Amino acid sequence: MYSFEYERPSGIDAAAAAHGEDDKFLAGGMSFLPTLKLRLAQVDKLVDLGGIDELKGITVTGDTVTIGAMTTHGTVAASEDVKKAIPALAAMAANIGDAQVRNRGTIGGSIANADPAACYPSSLVALGATVHTNKRSISADDFFVDLFETALEEGELVTKVSFPIPEKAAYAKFPNPASRFAMVGVFVAKISGGARVAVTGAGSSVFRQSEMEAALSSNFSSDAIANIKTPADDLNSDIHASADYRAHLITVMAQRAVDAAS
Amino acid sequence: MTSVTMTVNGKSVTRDVEPNTLLVQFIRENLRLTGTHVGCDTSQCGACTVHVNGDSVKSCTMLAVQAEGADVTTIEGLANGDELHPMQEAFKENHGLQCGFCTPGMIMSAVDLVKRNPNPSEDTIRHELEGNICRCTGYHNIVKSVKSAAEKMGG
Ligand SMILES: Cc1cc2nc3c(=O)[nH]c(=O)nc-3n(C[C@H](O)[C@H](O)[C@H](O)COP(=O)(O)OP(=O)(O)OC[C@H]3O[C@@H](n4cnc5c(N)ncnc54)[C@H](O)[C@@H]3O)c2cc1C
Ligand code: FES
Ligand code: FES
Repeated sequence: MYSFEYERPSGIDAAAAAHGEDDKFLAGGMSFLPTLKLRLAQVDKLVDLGGIDELKGITVTGDTVTIGAMTTHGTVAASEDVKKAIPALAAMAANIGDAQVRNRGTIGGSIANADPAACYPSSLVALGATVHTNKRSISADDFFVDLFETALEEGELVTKVSFPIPEKAAYAKFPNPASRFAMVGVFVAKISGGARVAVTGAGSSVFRQSEMEAALSSNFSSDAIANIKTPADDLNSDIHASADYRAHLITVMAQRAVDAAS
Repeated sequence: MTSVTMTVNGKSVTRDVEPNTLLVQFIRENLRLTGTHVGCDTSQCGACTVHVNGDSVKSCTMLAVQAEGADVTTIEGLANGDELHPMQEAFKENHGLQCGFCTPGMIMSAVDLVKRNPNPSEDTIRHELEGNICRCTGYHNIVKSVKSAAEKMGG
């Protein structure tokens, strides 16, 4: 690792104020510390969010689950409130990486990082979540822009994410056996008046499968989407899977998610 | 240099470190506790697993300064004097190790998993140990060790 300065503020405003031009926030460190270790990135200062209590925790009201940016995957997976309100979200968190990664990695870090194979982005997009920052609120559809790119401005801090509670939902992931990241992951949600389908791992960023959404909106069953194919043209191709294989997996994972939705 | 203070295996320690010192470097090189191993550069093998405030973490993917004020337990802190922890005893009894390189991390993960799942099934044990790679045993006897220890630990 190149050398850097380190600061651990205890409030949101102090963290935003501490963040200078060539600085980075540090959340669980599960994505950014490996990047620093491999010298793929260099920073002047790390602003550690670990000391900010108001960024942690889960609240459930009548129709919304709100999760603080510094809440770990392990906390979401174990939360009885989340299991009751949106079981699909707790189950998704329980299968991110491994136990040690879940003990440190956070929802804020995951979405700010916007890894094309990360799990959380699909849940935000499928459930129609809102990302709250220290400056504004951004809908999930507008938040994820491209490969490792979000709508966040330099130094903008994610504070929490709020998820409307769906009628039912599920996430089905075909994991890379080494990292557990999604080769393809599909999050499906049945909401009042329709259905939403978000695909991660397959393209440069999470995307919605609108043909499947239309089919599921009139008939929420796996048969309704069995013959819907996703064009492979813009999908990822790498040593793990070709674009055609990923296109095939999208339909298979979407069907599994619909069958599992609760 | 920044001063960092934490409790390691019940003892308070304070040292001056560079902010880019990893927790595992701090444990091995500053404190000379070499039971915690390093097996990869990619945060995947789990050989470096220790407990921070009771939770298993990969100490190669955490900065020493992030552990300011924390309670850290390494493999050296698990036994009670000469009396092995039930998890250590179970690995010994069930041939849960061969070369032993992965073992400290495996045992620290196993203790955390039993804390969260007092009566784990074989599936749960395998799922919870996904962050620990063993190149020798084929995992079978590791799973057996954890199951046996969980029973003894009063699950
Ligand atoms: C072995 C391994 C397996 C993994 N498997 C999976 C998997 O199966 N699925 C999956 O989805 N992920 C997986 N991950 C990634 C993991 O979920 C990370 O926790 C996550 O991507 C990043 O979260 P973090 O809290 O660790 O963020 P960090 O690494 O600390 O930060 C990541 C980036 O986000 C920025 N950031 C962090 N918090 C904020 C904030 N509040 N506001 C603005 N910017 C912020 C940082 O500046 C940095 O650029 C895996 C990681 C590892 C090491
Ligand atoms: S040394 Fe491999 S995960 Fe830490
Ligand atoms: S016993 Fe040799 S790596 Fe596990």
